[in-house]
Amino acid sequence: MSAGVGVDLENLWIRFGDFVAVRDANVNINGGDFFSFLGPSGCGKTTILRAVSGFLDPSDGRVLIGGNDMKGIGPNKRPTALIFQNLALFPLMKVWENITFSMEIKGASAKERRKRADELLDMIALPGQGDKLPSELSGGQRQRVAIARALCAEPDVLLLDEPLSALDLKLRQHMRTELREIQKRVGITFIYITHDQGEALTMSDNIAVMRAGVIDQIGNGKAIYNDPATAFAASFVGENNVFRGKVKRMMGSEALIETNRSGDLVARISSANQGRLKEGDAAMMFIRPEAFALAPDGASGDHFVTARVNHEEFEGNTFNIFMEGEGGKELKVAIPNLGQSFEDHTGQSITLEYEAQNAVVVPAGELAAE
Amino acid sequence: MKNLSLMRLSIWAYLAIFFAYLLGPLVIMSITAFNSPEFPRATPWECLTFEWFSALFQDERILNGIKNSILVGFGTVVLSVAMGLAGALMLTQIWPKLRATYYTIIIAPILVPGVVIGISTLVFWDRINRMLGLEADSFLSNGLFLTVIGQSTFIASYCMLVLVARLQRYDMALTEAALDLGATHAQAFRKVLLPFMKPAIASAAVLAFLASFENYNTTTFTFGEYPTLTIELAQKVRYGITPAISALAFIIVLLTVFAALFNEANIRRKELVALARKEATVEELSTGKFKMPGFLSSNWAAVGLVIVACATVVVVGTATVYSPQQCIADVQEQKRLETELRIQELQRQRELRRQQQEAEQGSSAAPAQSKPAGNDSGFGNVFAPSTLSGDAEEDAGKPEGNNSGFGGAFAPNTLSGEEGSEGSGN
Repeated sequence: MSAGVGVDLENLWIRFGDFVAVRDANVNINGGDFFSFLGPSGCGKTTILRAVSGFLDPSDGRVLIGGNDMKGIGPNKRPTALIFQNLALFPLMKVWENITFSMEIKGASAKERRKRADELLDMIALPGQGDKLPSELSGGQRQRVAIARALCAEPDVLLLDEPLSALDLKLRQHMRTELREIQKRVGITFIYITHDQGEALTMSDNIAVMRAGVIDQIGNGKAIYNDPATAFAASFVGENNVFRGKVKRMMGSEALIETNRSGDLVARISSANQGRLKEGDAAMMFIRPEAFALAPDGASGDHFVTARVNHEEFEGNTFNIFMEGEGGKELKVAIPNLGQSFEDHTGQSITLEYEAQNAVVVPAGELAAE
Repeated sequence: MKNLSLMRLSIWAYLAIFFAYLLGPLVIMSITAFNSPEFPRATPWECLTFEWFSALFQDERILNGIKNSILVGFGTVVLSVAMGLAGALMLTQIWPKLRATYYTIIIAPILVPGVVIGISTLVFWDRINRMLGLEADSFLSNGLFLTVIGQSTFIASYCMLVLVARLQRYDMALTEAALDLGATHAQAFRKVLLPFMKPAIASAAVLAFLASFENYNTTTFTFGEYPTLTIELAQKVRYGITPAISALAFIIVLLTVFAALFNEANIRRKELVALARKEATVEELSTGKFKMPGFLSSNWAAVGLVIVACATVVVVGTATVYSPQQCIADVQEQKRLETELRIQELQRQRELRRQQQEAEQGSSAAPAQSKPAGNDSGFGNVFAPSTLSGDAEEDAGKPEGNNSGFGGAFAPNTLSGEEGSEGSGN
């Protein structure tokens, strides 16, 4: 198996008339990586995928696969295989014919195809199902057949366009692990499109967060989650509490933020914005619900937040407190349930503390829609 | 309850009337194909005969017409389905804003009268022929070519409508998937789109063939030296029809029934096979040993098909050994006897009348009692040659002795004479 073919997007622009679907994307995807494009629907991630697979010509810039410019090379000549959102299994062909379609194109004999189909069916844990029609399989089985069909073409790069979105939650979680395992086994580059941050975080080596045609941040899951580069990345990936304000004072890698409602708070400047944020700039500070801890009453300072509790809920692994926050949005706090006793704070004003390194500040920007 | 049953009854009655209206003419015509009179009629039934079928198969012009129709039909099927498929594909690919306009344009030939299409085809290709400087007997003025081209102009639109309906259910991602897996555009078309379109292509082909086969008004301008069946039939009808045409119609009806049953049986079989596949286990599927349904099991269409086929075989078998000569001879003998009787009767009447007239001339002063009492003819003397002669003196004695069921109403003189009131009072 030809592992390790990288994909590079260089200054990629894709326009449809006046509409800019992708704006100056620069991405280097290492060979053998599981790389995800994460973003809300309509952000241009599928457009990028279609440009890589060859169904769409870039308006500007280049797509390189294994260092070769793909300009003028059709989808049937590229070393990529795409798994469609609706899978696009050929409805009139049996499962084994579907899987080995790429071999049929090359003129392989039915015997060879049958043999290869059986190998792949074993790999995707559907042994002996080759004589069924796609319509006779369940959703998860169809999903795996689509993967087998793409792998049968022996692509250098496998492109997946939200392949799990049509499955129910249980199956989706199961397929995540399975996809990741398949990727490790075959060792080729996977490019995965999703709007589900859970999928992106659990499966990917690297993630590109996209917003309205622009790539906001590229990095591994931890970097994206802990060290967001933009307000959008911070609010789109995982739950986050936002504090608006402006930079009051720079303190090395940290900054003191004068928030609109909660006084002056200290936060770490995200690494992408080190040196770019200046005093007086409008800024947004993000603290994850799990980064808070209950503080003794009356404590005050630059890492304490005091607010009134609207309501509380018990979720099992966490105890959630919802407090009055900015702009009608609630401030969410999740205290891990370690068997301690919780008293009901509803209606009271309580104080929370956090550590400065768990709060992150980025320049003010657009937040992800709820 | 009563209301409901009345409702049901009227629905059934309606259905019966509707089907009688639909199928009645076909049934009557089919019966005439087996009756022996020279003019196609169902009653009176004279003799069962198959001679009209043999007459049909000996009619060179009809056979030639069928041959030409089939040739034109195949040409039209190939051309129309190809153009229809191209048109349908175009419709799904074209820029959405142009789609409605394109659709209207491509559908327009259906709305244009066939006569207009026929004339314009003729004129157009004649022009082209001349422009190219070809002779009048060139390929471009060949009747088969012109007929195929002319018919395809509008039949292609029908085909397109059938194909578009199927194509709209096609997922364009399937073609993309094929391309992505390395297929060329031609391969993707052949291996993915075409198999998907196959049922619709079959329907379109059947539709095109039937539309071509029955077409008259376009073909009548373009057939040249290749008259199709409809043309031949139309020409024949001008000189009077024979039951041989009923025989042809019967064959066509039978073929239609066959085709319909065959199609239905096939559809049912597919359903049953799909059901069997669903119930089969994985091992059975892979070895291909799962229980296939029998051809006839729970498939009424297949049973019907077999019954019709058997009936046809029996009828054809009977026809080869059956000879209606005796019956026809009997009927002719009977007819001859009837005619003779009729002639004798007329002669008798004429003789009586002659005697009467002679008697009248002898005693012209007493006209009243001279009418003979025994007119047995149901037509009240209409056919008696003398009634038309307007012999006024005869009227006087009529009322007493008229046994006709029409009460003299049809006697021409009741309306003309002064004694009309007396006649109506009868």
